[in-house]
Amino acid sequence: MPLWRYTDTLEWEVNMDKVNIKINGIPLEVPAGITILEAAKMAHIDIPTLCFLKEINEIGACRICVVEVKGARSLVASCVYPVSDGMEIRTDSPKILASRKKTLELILSDHDRKCLSCVRSGHCELQKLCKDLGIDDETIYAGERNHYEPDDSSPHMVRDNNKCILCRRCSAVCDHVQGIGVIGANERGFKTNIGCAFDMDLGETSCVSCGQCIAVCPTGALYEKDYTNEVFAAINDPDKYVIVQTAPAVRAALGEAFGLPIGTNVQGKMVAALRRLGFDKVFDTDFAADLTIMEEAHELIDRLQSGGTLPLITSCSPGWIKFCEHYYPDLLDNLSSCKSPQQMFGAVTKTYYAKKMGLDPKNIVMVSVMPCTAKKFEITRDHQNAAGVPDVDIAITTRELARMIERVGINFLALPDEEFDDPLGRSTGAAVIFGATGGVMEAALRTAVETLTGEELPDPVFSEVRGTAGIKTATYNVAGMDINVAVASGLGNARKLLDEIKEGNSPYHFIEIMACPGGCVNGGGQPQQPASVRNSVDIRALRAKALYDQDTAMKIRKSHENPAVRQLYEEFLEAPGSHVAHEILHTSYVKRAVNPY
Amino acid sequence: MYRSHVLVCGGSGCTSAGAPKILEVLNKEIAKAGIKNEVSVVETGCHGLCDYGPIVVVYPGPTFYSKVRPEDIPEIVNEHLVNGQVVSRLVHNAEITDEGIKSINETDFYKKQYRIALRNCGIINPENIEEYIATGGYEALGRVLTQYTPEQVIQIIIDSELRGRGGGGFPTGIKWKLARANDADQKYVCCNADEGDPGAFMDRSVLEGDPHVVLEAMTIAGYAIGASQGYIYIRAEYPLAIERLNKAIAQAREYGLLGKDIFGTGFNFDIELRLGAGAFVCGEETALMTSIEGNRGEPRPRPPFPAQKGLFQKPTLLNNVETYANIPQIILNGPEWFSSMGTEKSKGTKVFALGGKIRNTGLVEIPMGTTLREVVEDIGGGIPNNKKFKAAQTGGPSGGCIPASKYDIPIDYDNLVGIGSMMGSGGLIVMDEDNCMVDIAKFFLEFTVDESCGKCTPCRVGTKRLYEILDKITKGNGTMEDLDKLEELCVYIKENALCGLGQSAPNPVLSTLRYFRDEYIAHVKDKKCPAAVCKALLSYVIDPNACRGCTLCARSCPNNAISGKVKEAHVIDQDKCVKCGVCKEKCRFGAILIR
Repeated sequence: MPLWRYTDTLEWEVNMDKVNIKINGIPLEVPAGITILEAAKMAHIDIPTLCFLKEINEIGACRICVVEVKGARSLVASCVYPVSDGMEIRTDSPKILASRKKTLELILSDHDRKCLSCVRSGHCELQKLCKDLGIDDETIYAGERNHYEPDDSSPHMVRDNNKCILCRRCSAVCDHVQGIGVIGANERGFKTNIGCAFDMDLGETSCVSCGQCIAVCPTGALYEKDYTNEVFAAINDPDKYVIVQTAPAVRAALGEAFGLPIGTNVQGKMVAALRRLGFDKVFDTDFAADLTIMEEAHELIDRLQSGGTLPLITSCSPGWIKFCEHYYPDLLDNLSSCKSPQQMFGAVTKTYYAKKMGLDPKNIVMVSVMPCTAKKFEITRDHQNAAGVPDVDIAITTRELARMIERVGINFLALPDEEFDDPLGRSTGAAVIFGATGGVMEAALRTAVETLTGEELPDPVFSEVRGTAGIKTATYNVAGMDINVAVASGLGNARKLLDEIKEGNSPYHFIEIMACPGGCVNGGGQPQQPASVRNSVDIRALRAKALYDQDTAMKIRKSHENPAVRQLYEEFLEAPGSHVAHEILHTSYVKRAVNPY
Repeated sequence: MYRSHVLVCGGSGCTSAGAPKILEVLNKEIAKAGIKNEVSVVETGCHGLCDYGPIVVVYPGPTFYSKVRPEDIPEIVNEHLVNGQVVSRLVHNAEITDEGIKSINETDFYKKQYRIALRNCGIINPENIEEYIATGGYEALGRVLTQYTPEQVIQIIIDSELRGRGGGGFPTGIKWKLARANDADQKYVCCNADEGDPGAFMDRSVLEGDPHVVLEAMTIAGYAIGASQGYIYIRAEYPLAIERLNKAIAQAREYGLLGKDIFGTGFNFDIELRLGAGAFVCGEETALMTSIEGNRGEPRPRPPFPAQKGLFQKPTLLNNVETYANIPQIILNGPEWFSSMGTEKSKGTKVFALGGKIRNTGLVEIPMGTTLREVVEDIGGGIPNNKKFKAAQTGGPSGGCIPASKYDIPIDYDNLVGIGSMMGSGGLIVMDEDNCMVDIAKFFLEFTVDESCGKCTPCRVGTKRLYEILDKITKGNGTMEDLDKLEELCVYIKENALCGLGQSAPNPVLSTLRYFRDEYIAHVKDKKCPAAVCKALLSYVIDPNACRGCTLCARSCPNNAISGKVKEAHVIDQDKCVKCGVCKEKCRFGAILIR
């Protein structure tokens, strides 16, 4: 029973049923039907949890959160057990503390405990629990161990089951949130392990590389493939001209790796750090985001006016693209042919910019910093080599950038704010909001509406497509025509819109789809937040706010008003949708099978 | 019109002992003797006297033949069926007394039994619905649909005080009441036919020998709680039961006793089978339901309980096969009839699968309250080879042992729980002085470790570590601290595991620790196994007084561990001995002893 809900007549209805319970002797009046975990929070008690991930993984499996309920036959998992009137609960008796400790000791007995070399050391949820629960002998239940070969078959990540604690958060997010389910429990009992069906390697399956599994993993069992050494090598190679571009969502989250509150915009410090790391030029992916809007708005208007395939669906999320290729290959014609901003940026750098600067594209190393793990897959795609060399050479995640900064000893928090380099560091408010779900839609609308009506927008804000809801829809009357738009984030939500298209029932002209729930700010490559934070704080909304605030503060808020973009068209691309633009900035897609079938 | 019926037991034990061949030869010989139109041959369900199979019962009489071989058939046909002469050498020996042959129902094995769930097993042809109807089948359903309201039906079951026969012992009527109380657009009735306890074949016998009783009972339950769809979740390892159920369902539908408009009353209820795939844990209520939904068979936290949110999140009733097998008789004979049997809190009868060190292994159905001594000595025929009763294990891997000191305990749900065991689904394994209780605990734990689903930490890792400690003890490497660790871990797993499998996994260990602690201590302190079972703690030694020096053992030893001169006493080198036992087998003078 939820605490509150929106009724059919659009009124707020609060659950007025209350029950009286006692927690650790403290009497409490709480809403009926909530869990003991939630009730305890109201008494300022944070019962430790491990497998619990609100609304995604509520299975009571790990048994860390057990509590005593008077009259119950055994201890109960507080994360799923509902309160009832008169219930008496103890959360801290010696028996409970001893039980939780034993549970942890048993987990540790089959865990690769090499913390010192683990990428999660220092921010691992298992480590923290060991400290909180007072583990004093991690070998007390030593016995048989499972030994697994790490799976590094896919371009974006490694799965190391030796560090897996079988919380099932990864398979829950892949199954229930993303609607894919390539990973799940194999075998049973002590031999249970998370893997793909028929023991396939992850790279052989229809995993889309979204990295949501990594985002919710509490330990070092899942992690992105690390390319920091390759980036350092490029920077230190005197023959290479190393250029870095940063996605909008990175600046909204990088600060978390250095202890700053969630939602702090650290653009200035990020640029300063990148410069000190030794990149030859520090550019902004946002520039290419504006470029993407130019091309995509043109594409949309073209399809609207000449009966092209509708709805048009955005194509900047490589996790979404791979998902479409595997699961909805018949809808590939709906996709925009535009490359993603990351890829457009690389293409422009190695053609236009290289020529301008007299550089040989073969000597340019294009590095992107992304909130995304699928970008590591995207750079391996075909038809992403405008200059005959890969548009982007190395894609690293926000997490890898944070590690690089720490490794060389840059005091991030003390850095001054610096500006991106020109010209490919110039962008608009429309570009920076790409990182939030609905941002691409809003940016495209700003340009498309002004182009279609020929008039300036009184207010560039399209609030209907903002917010963290999984699916958002709106209708805008533009130049006498009703344009229906939809925005989906999280692939499970995307399925709903796509099934409509498949059945011929879709009322939309333009759809934005992002693989990650909430958009790129919640990408698989962002700094990880533990379940304790995810369960109580909307990190997507907080990080997105940083981007929307930056948009509000910027002078230029529409992509077509970006002077650097204008210059690019004048000097090189001619016009949106031109032959040159198609050569450089557009790509193609491929049908993929669903594995395992 | 047949003048004689020959019933051949087709139960699991008799089938593996050769019943199919018996049937084949019987039919051939009867045809040869030209009496095909006078004598009917029927394959029935389990008679329960499994140690004495194959069983052939001839009516009129009846004459109860046991341990029948195909080569005995011509004699039975020609002497008994043609000439009317009973073949006394084949008559079950327990029937033979000084005063002549007594009825099979007077033998100790059957005298104390009262067959309700097994009523039709061994009597009817389970593949013929008309025989089920002839013994009163579907009459209860007819009465329920035309004369009782759902609430009245539920009250009858409540008044009978029937408790769940799957092991939990939850009052069945209350379960039905709770399922009825929750409203929904769709409700379900499920039958737990997963029967996973090793050695248990009670449900199997009912399903193979009398499948219609389950269908009828489920339909009655559907009417009572307001469900229109039933599922029987049956383990794939019971192909004959699956075949019989499918036939029964088809026949019931044909006769208008299942499906739409049953008995023309407008009540709809249909049943489908769902097969398991080799997981003991799918016998757990919520794991069973999630398995039917197509998911990995892992239990779910409760609450919510299945009566509120079960199969497909709808109110669902789940009962065991044996529980259902009692329902029609309770409806027909009335709840007082049922509650007049048994003890104060455990009414009616219970089917047990007797196994282990006992003469009459097989299936028995006894009134609650029968003492363990009666079961073992009277019904079971006692322990063979003059051995002494040591303990009886009830409840399989979830249960505990009943020691000799509790030999006179009346068997019922609460008494068994009170001494640290449980009724379970009905497995009852008898042990004598040659069984090692530590080894028994290890045996059951090995099963549990293998069957753990792996979802929760206490069961997935805890039972494994528990097993490793037991293994260590049986190999002579245990310490007294290990015993404390063992007990601590047992209590922890019981209190923290997510489902019944984990919560009851430590029971065999705790129970044997409670009553046979001295055996554990012998393994730990003295490094000895008193029952001479744990191999690592045994030594093979040659008695120098009995040894003739024939050198046969030395020549047979695969490891050259035995040395000695011809005609002189030989010696086994303990370091080389791998305890294979070949020497003891070969020795003609009984000079090799196990210590």
